[in-house]
Amino acid sequence: MPSPLLPSSLGSAEGRNPPVVRRPVIEIADLDFHYGTSQALHDISLSIAEKEVTAFIGPSGCGKSTLLRCLNRMNDLIDGARISRGAIRIRGVDIHQRDVEVMELRKRVGMVFQKSNPFPKSIYENVVYGLRLQGVRDKTRLDEAVETSLRGAALWDEVKDRLHASGLSLSGGQQQRLCIARTIAIEPEVILMDEPCSALDPIATAKVEELIHQLKLRYTIVIVTHNMQQAARCSDRTAFFYLGKLIEFAPTKDIFMTPSNPQTEAYVSGRFG
Amino acid sequence: MKRFFDSELELFRSKLILMGESSVRQVRDAMKALVEGDVALAQRVVAADDEVDRLEIEIDEEAVRYMTLRSPVATELRLVIVGMKASHDLERVGDEATNIAKRVVRLAAEPPLKPYVDLPRMAGIALEMLRDALDCFLDGDEEKALAVCRRDAEVDAINRQLYRELSSFMVEKPVTISRALELMFISKSIERIADHATNIAEEMVYLSRGKDIRHSDEVKRHGTSGESGASEPRR
Ligand SMILES: Nc1ncnc2c1ncn2[C@@H]1O[C@H](COP(=O)(O)OP(=O)(O)O)[C@@H](O)[C@H]1O
Ligand SMILES: [Mg+2]
Repeated sequence: MPSPLLPSSLGSAEGRNPPVVRRPVIEIADLDFHYGTSQALHDISLSIAEKEVTAFIGPSGCGKSTLLRCLNRMNDLIDGARISRGAIRIRGVDIHQRDVEVMELRKRVGMVFQKSNPFPKSIYENVVYGLRLQGVRDKTRLDEAVETSLRGAALWDEVKDRLHASGLSLSGGQQQRLCIARTIAIEPEVILMDEPCSALDPIATAKVEELIHQLKLRYTIVIVTHNMQQAARCSDRTAFFYLGKLIEFAPTKDIFMTPSNPQTEAYVSGRFG
Repeated sequence: MKRFFDSELELFRSKLILMGESSVRQVRDAMKALVEGDVALAQRVVAADDEVDRLEIEIDEEAVRYMTLRSPVATELRLVIVGMKASHDLERVGDEATNIAKRVVRLAAEPPLKPYVDLPRMAGIALEMLRDALDCFLDGDEEKALAVCRRDAEVDAINRQLYRELSSFMVEKPVTISRALELMFISKSIERIADHATNIAEEMVYLSRGKDIRHSDEVKRHGTSGESGASEPRR
């Protein structure tokens, strides 16, 4: 009988990296990444499981956002930024191949940023922005998308009576949920979130976390967070990065209860970072 | 606001209640087996101890997981800590029930030394204490918890009285020694069960008040007499 306090994995902690991810949506293999001459990511391999929440944690500058932006090629916009080795495959397709349509990719892999960035337009227009870009004109379809997405983002009840008020009139937490509604309006498969709660108060944060919990029933979610409690609460798997390297990737419970790497333990215990 | 992990806490709470019910049933069945000389029932009690042990492990695992992943504070943190302690006490109650049941099996080979009156009465009080202690966990009734702590002395008194009585049996008729010893140990087991009920009650008060009442005047419960050879200091 194993000790009741320690999961049986403790003794064999070394042997559990990398975890087996069933039905991975995204596979990152042997990835090196450079900004000009400076290398930001070193030999990263990890898989993102379908309809799970995967959290990236680690001290600032360790490359979490860089890796997240690789997943929908947001780094293409940065001069001198490039993947120098390895590949990222989504459902088996290398997303950096020439014939991959970037706009198509970003439709499948949506992104929610750290600072909520609603457009200076109405709540309604914020939600349908992506659909309009796709050329959707049908009013009924747009109305439906607004309601579904705002409900999906747990914002509908708070704004249903003022859909034509400016998105900027909302509170910080509501703005962030509006951005999530905008992201899910185009029905992506994967949602990337880069520190989505870092500008929010604890109540608004709890609402977004609650929302993440609901969203994972339908979407695959990758979240970058510097809040370890948030990673612990929200995610199924956690990847810990340090100085551009993936130090440990395991089920969240293992990362926080019995990390196998001393650096992970130091970080999750708040002793560095 | 309801949180997605509130249900985990509910599950934790219900596991603890389930464990409480299992251990109460174990004690009750062990005593019934004694009074009715029912060996088969005693054997079932011994076999069912695994169930209580398993619940203790599950509760501990759940508590550690919850503390690690949910960072509970205030009442919630106390609930998880108290839950772990209470489950440990309940596991020990289960062990005592098993001890009693094993002695019932051995006693059944010989005629009863005397009619079983005091032991069931004592066990009745201990079980009531245990049930009240667990009830406090459901309804947060602090008065009930404090009453449990005070009743511990009653059980101690019966234990001491039985000890004297059984000692005299042994002195007068050495042939009764083995049976009298079994009964003394059963009495001791019941006394321990009452101690665990008291621990649980104290833990429940800590849960509702956030203040530790162990060893305080509020719950003075131990007689001062050192006459009882069968009484050991509580842990
Ligand atoms: N646009 C950029 N140009 C050059 N270097 C960058 C750029 N963005 C990030 N970096 C560098 O890459 C490293 C990783 O940064 P980043 O991915 O933002 O880390 P994190 O999100 O973990 O805080 C840091 O050293 C940072 O200075
Ligand atoms: Mg970042």
